[in-house]
Amino acid sequence: MMSEQLADRIARRRDSACAAVWDLLDQVKDPEIPVLSLWDLGVLQDIVVQGQSVRVMIIPTYSGCPALREMKQDIRAVLASAGYVEVEVVTQLAPAWSTDMITSEGRQQLQKYGIAPPVSHRDSPVICPLCASPKTHLISQFGSTACKALYRCESCDEPFDYFKCL
Amino acid sequence: MTDRKDDLVNYVIALGDDSLILGQRLSEWCYHAPFLEEDLALANVALDFIGRAQMFYDYASQLEKGVRSADEIAFLRDTRDYRNLLIMELPIGDFAFTMARQFMVDAYNYLYLQQLLRSTDKTLAAIAAKATKETDYHLRRSQEWVLRLGDGTDESHQRIDKAFGELWGYSAELFGMSDCETALLSKAVSVDRTALSADWTKLVSETLEQATLKIPSDDWQISGGREGLHTEHHGHILTEMQYLQRTYPGLEW
Repeated sequence: MMSEQLADRIARRRDSACAAVWDLLDQVKDPEIPVLSLWDLGVLQDIVVQGQSVRVMIIPTYSGCPALREMKQDIRAVLASAGYVEVEVVTQLAPAWSTDMITSEGRQQLQKYGIAPPVSHRDSPVICPLCASPKTHLISQFGSTACKALYRCESCDEPFDYFKCL
Repeated sequence: MTDRKDDLVNYVIALGDDSLILGQRLSEWCYHAPFLEEDLALANVALDFIGRAQMFYDYASQLEKGVRSADEIAFLRDTRDYRNLLIMELPIGDFAFTMARQFMVDAYNYLYLQQLLRSTDKTLAAIAAKATKETDYHLRRSQEWVLRLGDGTDESHQRIDKAFGELWGYSAELFGMSDCETALLSKAVSVDRTALSADWTKLVSETLEQATLKIPSDDWQISGGREGLHTEHHGHILTEMQYLQRTYPGLEW
């Protein structure tokens, strides 16, 4: 089932007067997961365009996410190349980001990239993104970045990243 | 009365100081943790705390109308101006000491943030909403380590037992109130820390018991961090942490 926050965000984009800018920003990916756009990740919250100036609202995934700075630069660069000179990227504290904000396309892209998407219920097994086995175990609560944990598949023996629930 | 605003600034900076100093301590483990996964975990937890500090300092800077930037608050104050709780500044010691401290602090943050969520100050409530989810993970991990080390080998048991003994006297300070916190309590902006003590003691004692560790005795207590009275270690951590900003003032990433 889709979370309320994701539904809100999808409605905001659908009803927005600046669809072209939303589409433009689909080019901006998470610097650490380059297949996932900021939209699919849930970081991109809102866009307001007034004339030539654009205000982009984003939320950080984790408090200490070091990629935030790069995301802001990338947003500015993409908008600048489309001719928007006055760009303000605002980091909002609320709503607090949650993995429920990841779109279903985003979940599929994570899986294809070899990262297990967050499970929908706390007790569901983490499925291996490589061989789809549910027999996996946690190696470390923290993986290569704060948003991921490290797992190993007991069927194919491969270690993999799991995008953990937050 | 201009006090209310000042109280709020002081309160927010103190919360930032707790996060920054502990985050700095944790990052000292970078490349030195017992194994790779643990190195990543410690660095990630450190980042959460440093990110939290940034949110608090940004808010303080905003309250001050930009008189000082977040960076200036973080890097251009001296020891006596810092308001962090003493437990945050203690040197990392061995891995057992680091995890014992982390567990004590995570248990405290876990209870504290649940209350800060209800703050009438919207920004503080929003920061807490974000931080509380991360703290769930921090606590789960540090609690696991306490069990693993306490109920592990003779060596690991002895080391973490010693660590809790050295840390215990710093726990009383977690539940004292500074003037600004008391002043802000009437408007339900701050958290009543005295009310967290019983739940904290329960949570920590149960874990220690499960880890076959004894609860240290309460025969000594030390406090002063919220008044700017720090241990000898504080100056040392600042010399390292502030080196770049002091040497190249105004430097940006």
